[in-house]
Amino acid sequence: MHPAYHLQLINLLAALLLLISFAMLAQRRVAGLITLFAWQGTALAASTALVAWSTGQHHLYYSAAITLTLKVIAMPWYFYRIVKKLDVNRVVEPMINIPTTMLIGIVLVIFSFNLALPISEMSGTVMRSTLGIALATVLLAFLMMITRTKAIPQVIGFLAMENGLFFAATSATYGMPLVVELGVALDVLVAVFVLGIFIFQIRETFDSLDLKHMEKLKER
Amino acid sequence: MEIYWLLGIPLTGSIFLGLWGSRRHAPEINAAFGLLTLLAAAFLTFRIIDQGPMIVGAGWFFIDSFNVFLVTLTAFVAFTTALFSRPYMRIEAEHGKLNTQRLRLYHSSYQIFIGAMLLALTTNNMGILWVAMEAATLATVLLVSLYRTPASLEAAWKYFILCGVGIALALFGTILLYFAAEKILGSGGTALLWTHLNDVKAQLEPTVMQLAFVFLLVGYGTKIGLAPLHSWLPDAHAEGPTPVSAVLSGLLLNVALYAVIRSKVLVDGALGNNMAGSLMMGFGLLSVVLATLLIRRQTDVKRMFAYSSIEHMGLITFAFGMGGAVANFAALLHMTLHSLTKSAIFFTVGHATQKTGTQLMTDIRGLIKTNPTLGWGLMLGTVAILGMPPFGVFASEFLIITTAMHEQPWATPLLLLALGVAFASIFGKVQPMVFGETELPKLPYQPALTPVFLHLGLVLMLGLYIPPYLAVWYRQAAQLLGG
Amino acid sequence: MTSTGVLLQLAQTLLAILLAPILMGWVNQCRAWLQGRSAPPLTQPYRTLRKLFHKDAVIAHHASPLFRFAPYMIFACMALAAGIVPTLANDLPFSPAADVIALVGIFALARVFLALAAMDIGTAFGSLGARREMLVSFLAEPALLMVFFTASLISHSTELPVIVETLALRQFAIYPSLAFAAVAFWMVSVAENARIPVDNPGTHLELTMIHEAMILEYSARHLALIEWAVALKLFTYSALGIALFLPWGIAPQGNPGALPLALAAMILKLLIGGAALALIETVSAKLRLFRVPEFLATAFLLAVLGMLIHFLLEA
Repeated sequence: MHPAYHLQLINLLAALLLLISFAMLAQRRVAGLITLFAWQGTALAASTALVAWSTGQHHLYYSAAITLTLKVIAMPWYFYRIVKKLDVNRVVEPMINIPTTMLIGIVLVIFSFNLALPISEMSGTVMRSTLGIALATVLLAFLMMITRTKAIPQVIGFLAMENGLFFAATSATYGMPLVVELGVALDVLVAVFVLGIFIFQIRETFDSLDLKHMEKLKER
Repeated sequence: MEIYWLLGIPLTGSIFLGLWGSRRHAPEINAAFGLLTLLAAAFLTFRIIDQGPMIVGAGWFFIDSFNVFLVTLTAFVAFTTALFSRPYMRIEAEHGKLNTQRLRLYHSSYQIFIGAMLLALTTNNMGILWVAMEAATLATVLLVSLYRTPASLEAAWKYFILCGVGIALALFGTILLYFAAEKILGSGGTALLWTHLNDVKAQLEPTVMQLAFVFLLVGYGTKIGLAPLHSWLPDAHAEGPTPVSAVLSGLLLNVALYAVIRSKVLVDGALGNNMAGSLMMGFGLLSVVLATLLIRRQTDVKRMFAYSSIEHMGLITFAFGMGGAVANFAALLHMTLHSLTKSAIFFTVGHATQKTGTQLMTDIRGLIKTNPTLGWGLMLGTVAILGMPPFGVFASEFLIITTAMHEQPWATPLLLLALGVAFASIFGKVQPMVFGETELPKLPYQPALTPVFLHLGLVLMLGLYIPPYLAVWYRQAAQLLGG
Repeated sequence: MTSTGVLLQLAQTLLAILLAPILMGWVNQCRAWLQGRSAPPLTQPYRTLRKLFHKDAVIAHHASPLFRFAPYMIFACMALAAGIVPTLANDLPFSPAADVIALVGIFALARVFLALAAMDIGTAFGSLGARREMLVSFLAEPALLMVFFTASLISHSTELPVIVETLALRQFAIYPSLAFAAVAFWMVSVAENARIPVDNPGTHLELTMIHEAMILEYSARHLALIEWAVALKLFTYSALGIALFLPWGIAPQGNPGALPLALAAMILKLLIGGAALALIETVSAKLRLFRVPEFLATAFLLAVLGMLIHFLLEA
C-alpha cells in the first residue's frame, strides 16, 4: 500500500469514530450503547495500529493492544454482564429529545474543528487534521453524559470521552509517553471496576439505576 | 532514598490493610503507617533543607522547597487524621453504620489515597501527576459512599462524574502540554518532565500553552472546588465519613492546586504575560464570592464548612494568581493554615454530630455544657478559620488583602465584603451550637481531641511566630513560583 | 453532439425505463425469499402493468383535468430523471442538464403533482397522504441536497458527469466524507421511495400509509403509469447512489467499447443493491410516523457531518 492510502484510511477511521459518537447520542437502549462503545474502541484500536504501522512509532502498538483488550473486550463484556444481571435494557428517552441533541452536537463539532485548527497546523504528525475529530468526540461524549439520566450511559459517556482524549493524543503527538499511557489505562480500568461496584450499590439502595432519584442533594 | 520510603509505606499499608484490615487492631495499624509516612516525610524534609532541591530516580521524582512543604503537611495531616479516625470509626461501627468489611475498605483506600497524593506531589512527570490525581479521586469515591445511604451514594456519584469530567479536561490540557513540549524536547518520556519543561519554558509555543492552561485550570480546578464546577464538594464532604471530609478538605484540594501552580509556572514562562494569573484571579474571586453567599443558607454543619473550604481555596487561588513574592508567600502560608484548621474543625464537628446523631446545626446545641473540650475546640477552630488574631489565618489573610490593595485594588472590596459575610454567617451559626442550652447527655466516651488541639496549637504558633527556617523555606518556595 | 451519442442517450433512457420494473420485481423476489415465502416471478411488475393497461379507467365525477394529467407528468419527470443520471456511459448529450440541483427540482415537480392530484378528489385519505408526503419530503430534500453538496465539494462541480468522472476515473482515493454522505443518501432514498422503515409499500393500513394513500383513487392506465414511475424512481435513486458512491465500471467519455462491461457492472451492482434493500427492509421494523422526522433529521445531520469532515480532512 502507498502511504497516501494509509492516511486516507486513518481519516476514514477517524470519521467513523465521529459517526459512532453521534450514533451513541441517538441510541436509546443501554445494550446498543455498549455495542457502539465496543465499535468505537475497535475503530480507535485500528486507527492507532495503522498509525503505528505507517509511521513506525512502535509504542503505539502497545497502546492499540491495550485499547483492544480493555475497551473492546473487557469493558463491554463487563457492562453486558451488569445489564443482564440488573435487567435494565429498556428504551430510555434522554432528557433533551434526540434531534435537538444532534443539532447541538453539530454545533459542538463545528466549534471543535475551529478550536483544533490552529493546533493541528502546528503539529508535525501525518494525521494532524484528525485532532478536530478527537476534540469533537470528547465534547459529544460530554454532551451524552449531560443528556442521560441513567448510570450506565453516563459511565459509557465518560469512557467515550477517554477514547476521544486518547485519539487526540495520537493525532497530535503520536500518543503520550508509554508510562503515562499505561497509567491512564490503569486508572480507567480501576474506574470501571469501582463504578461496577458502585452501580450495584446504587441499585441496592434505590432499587433503580435512574439518577432522577438522586436529587436530594441540591442547594435550596 | 527517603522518597521510596515515602511512597512505599502507604502502598504497603494499603495492601496490608486490604488483607488484614478487618482485624481488631486495624485502626492502630492505620495510624502506625501514618506515623511511618510522616517520619519518611520528615527525613526527606531534612534532606532538602540540608542539600537543596533534588531530582531522584532518573528524573522521575523532583523535590524542591515548594513540594516538600506540601509533602510534610500531607503526611502530618494524614497521620493526625488517622489518629482521629481510630476512635471515631470505632464508634461509627458501634452505632451500626459500618461493618468490618467496610472498615477494611476504608483503611485500605485511605492508605492508597495518601500514597496517590504523595505521588502527585513528588513526581516530576506532568502525566504521572495526572494519573496520581485520578487515582486519589478513585480511592475516595468509595470512601464517600461508605455509609451506603441514598444521599452518600448520590454524593459519591456526583463526585465521580464531575471530577471525572474535570480530570478528562485536565488530561486534554496535559496532551496539549506534551504537544508543545515535544517540539523542543523531542518525543518520549522526558518531554513531560517538569524540570525539563521548566528549563525550556520560554521556547514553548504560546498559543498551545495558553489553551493547555485553560484546560488544566478548569480540569484541576474542578478538584480544587473552584466555582462553577464546585458542586460535588459540599455533597462529598457532608455525606462521607468525617475523617474523609477532613483529608479531602485539608489535603486533596491542596494537591489539585499544586498541579495548577506547577502548570502556571510553565505557562508564565512561555507567555511572558499574566494571562494565567488573571484567569486564576477570576476563578478564585468567583469562588470566594459564591461560596460566602451560599454559606449563609446552609443548615448542615459539614456542608457549611465545606463551602468555607471553597471560599478559602478561592482565596488562595486568587493570591497565587496575583503572583509576586508577598502574595505567593501569603498563599503558601494560607494553604498550610487552612489545612490544619479545617481538618481540626472537621474533627470536632465529627464528634459533635456523633453525639447528637444529626448534622443539622439547629439540633446541635450546648456543646460547651456537656463536653467542654469539644465545645472549645469547635469555637477556637471557627475563630481561627474566620481569621481572628492571634491565629495564623489572620496573618495570611491580612497579607493577601494588603497585597490585593496594592496590586488589584478593584478586588479588595469584594474580598473584604465576602470575608465579612462569611464571618457573620459562620460565627452566628456556630455560637449557639457551642453555647446554647441542651438536655442531651454527655458523650459516653472520650473524644479524640489531641489532633484538634495539636492542629490549633500549630495555627496559633504560626500566627504569633514563624520559625526562621520555616520562613526561609516559604520564601524559597515563593521565589520558585516566580516571586 | 454525435449520432452515437444520441443513440446512446436514447438507449440508456429506454434501458432504464425497461429495467425499472424488473428491479422492483427483484427486490420483491428477494424479500419473499428472505421472509420464507414463495417468490413471485421477476416479471411480476410487468404483468401487473399489462393488466392495468388493459382495464378501463374509473375516475371520480368531480375530478379536475389535473387529476388525469398528473400521472403522465409524473411518469415524464421520472423518465427524464432516469435519462440524465449516468448509468451506463458518462458523457451523453443530456449531460449538461444532469445537474444535481436540477435533479432535485425534477423530483420535486413530480411530487408536487402527485400531492395535488391526491388532494384533487377531496377524500380524506388523499389529503392525509399528501400531507404526510409533504412532511417527509420537506425534511428529506435538504438532506438530499446536502449529500449532493458533499459530493460536489470533492469534484468542485454540481454536474453529475463531472462528479462521476472525478470519483470513478481519476486516481482512487478514500473520502471519509462520502461514507457519511452515503449513509445519509441511503436514508433519504428510503424515505423518498416510501420503503420500510419510513413507509410500507405493501400495506393499505390507514394509520401508517403515506404513498399508497395518495394513489388510492387511481385505476387502470393512470395507476399503471404511477406504478411505473415509482419503479423508475427507485431505479433512478439506485443509479444515483451507484453513480455517486460506487461509480467504478462506468464507460468513460467516447469509448463505446467499454459499454458491455459497463452494462454488466451496472446489472451486478443493481442486483446487489436490490438484495441489500430487501435485506434491510426485512430486518427493520417500520418507524412510527412521529419518529420519521427524527430519522430524516439524522440523515440531514450525517450529510452535514460529511461536509464538515470534508473541510477538515480533505480540503
